Amino acid sequence: MMERTKLVGGICQALTALACLIIIAMVVIVIGNIVIHGVERFSWEFLSQAPREGMKEGGIFPAIFGTAALVILMTIAVIPLGVATAIYLHEYAPKRSRMVHLVRLAIQNLAGVPAIVFGLFGVGFFIEFVGRGMDRVLYGGRPLWGQPAILWAALTMALLTLPTVVVATEEALRAIPQGYREVAYSLGATRWQMIRRVILPQAVGGILTGAILAVSRGSGEVAPVMFTGAAYFLPELPTRLHHQFMEMGYHVYVMTTQSPDIEATKPVLYTTVMVLLMLTFALNFTAIMIRAQIRKRLRYGR
Amino acid sequence: MRAALFPGLRGQGAFADRVAAIAIKTSAFLAIISLILIFVFIGKEALPLLTSAEVQAEASLSRLFLPQSPRPGTATEYTWQPISETPKYSLMPLFAGTLKVTIIAVLIAVPLAVAAALYTSEFAPPWVRETIKPCIEILAGIPSVVIGFFCLMVIAGWLHDAFGWTYRLNALTAGIGLSLAVIPIVYTVSEDAFSAVPQAFREGSVAMGASMWQTASRVVLPAAMPGILAACVLGFGRAIGETMIVLMASGNAAVLSWSPVDSVRTFSATIAAELGEVVQASPHYHVLFFLGAFLFVMTFTINLAGRWFVNRLQKKLQGAA
Repeated sequence: MMERTKLVGGICQALTALACLIIIAMVVIVIGNIVIHGVERFSWEFLSQAPREGMKEGGIFPAIFGTAALVILMTIAVIPLGVATAIYLHEYAPKRSRMVHLVRLAIQNLAGVPAIVFGLFGVGFFIEFVGRGMDRVLYGGRPLWGQPAILWAALTMALLTLPTVVVATEEALRAIPQGYREVAYSLGATRWQMIRRVILPQAVGGILTGAILAVSRGSGEVAPVMFTGAAYFLPELPTRLHHQFMEMGYHVYVMTTQSPDIEATKPVLYTTVMVLLMLTFALNFTAIMIRAQIRKRLRYGR
Repeated sequence: MRAALFPGLRGQGAFADRVAAIAIKTSAFLAIISLILIFVFIGKEALPLLTSAEVQAEASLSRLFLPQSPRPGTATEYTWQPISETPKYSLMPLFAGTLKVTIIAVLIAVPLAVAAALYTSEFAPPWVRETIKPCIEILAGIPSVVIGFFCLMVIAGWLHDAFGWTYRLNALTAGIGLSLAVIPIVYTVSEDAFSAVPQAFREGSVAMGASMWQTASRVVLPAAMPGILAACVLGFGRAIGETMIVLMASGNAAVLSWSPVDSVRTFSATIAAELGEVVQASPHYHVLFFLGAFLFVMTFTINLAGRWFVNRLQKKLQGAA
């Protein structure tokens, strides 16, 4: 009897280990396959040249440029907003107040809204409502802002990444010992002086983590930008906020699903996917490193 | 109060302090506002389905949900054909498609992720724990368009070679891809639940002579149950809204069937595939926003339910510890 219990227990335990192995194997297979096929075409020219001959040759520079422009605009929008929200939750609002509860609920739910719904919102709010409204009031109805544009795509993406920034910043705020705040107050600092001179410098790591994670998310997400500003192919780089732009993720999507000759574009496609994957990894890895540092301080710093 | 204690402060910092307080409160409030705006602006475009007679002539609720006969005299059917001479807007094929893909993804992801989480929290030596956690973070960081690409280019090919189903892209292919996106969230939430179980539970169980597996399966797992439920619910929420993977790997044919190896089309993929070409303010446009509103309300409810389970777990374990 005892022996059988032991055996069953051992088998079940082994099964849970197997589940771990399967997940790790999945990750290795996905990444391995993409890197093996993608590395062939990879070169400096691939990163620095525009596509040629119907995407069969050349590189993806315009897509890299567009993605970079998108995430920079997004960061400019989301960082002040996200950091301020986290500061409000952790430094301003009375703990357990109704307002804190509501803001937290909103952030949590915002994190769960599907990306495609953000895309719909971008179309319905930014393009149709704000953009068209601006055209009507400022340009006498000439369509300038009331169409897909990099600004609208960036703002839509900022909304999508807001929870990431808030959560990361809050974690950093929690890691700052309470004594720092008390000392600042005891020296006669106002709340804002305390936040600007003591809290923010201490929280830079967390804010950076949030920014990097947001950039990583933003550079890979396609659904929110496919109707708000991304274009498949543009001969020129976007230089104004109302221009459309090329995005790496969208590029992958269109090349995969709408290429007339998938076998011919496959090598370029694989390399594009690899670049996208490596970019998000590098970003995530940096963020994880910084966060580990913060967590260490949270554990030992007090 | 401080201004009263330190009169000199009044000029220096009080004004900046007040401005900053207003700015910060406004920013925090914006999170709530934007959630409301999302609801209002998607709802606004979906509303004509209920109010506008012109839109209802083509796409009334009964046309969306009940079987329709394309011409008088023919048999009734459920068809999604928004771009044809007489547009047909039955949501049933899309609903069945969404359900099929989501259920397949959850059925694959939940057992794997929960078992893996149980292993990491109960049995794994520290170095294994330090290996699997970054692995999950990597998986969570893979953009969904990359998973979609991999599904379409590689997994679909493998499955087709192995089983030779009629449709190369089908619900099962998409479900497998989708499970890759669901695993991280299910794993993370259930791992949190397992580690929230007080150590004393395990010690008590082992002291009674239970084996490691008995402790894990009969003490830790039941104690963490609300957390596991939360993980399933949140995983379901993630799966139902995910767009790029299903858009690329499901075949996108709005067919009403129960076979897991037929091509399917989901709500999210329908929006993504059709919003680009739709005529603005046409009935079709409003139907797409209706689908968006449905997804929004659905995921919103699911997330609330998930949070509720997490809170229950916390209360339960606090009461017990």
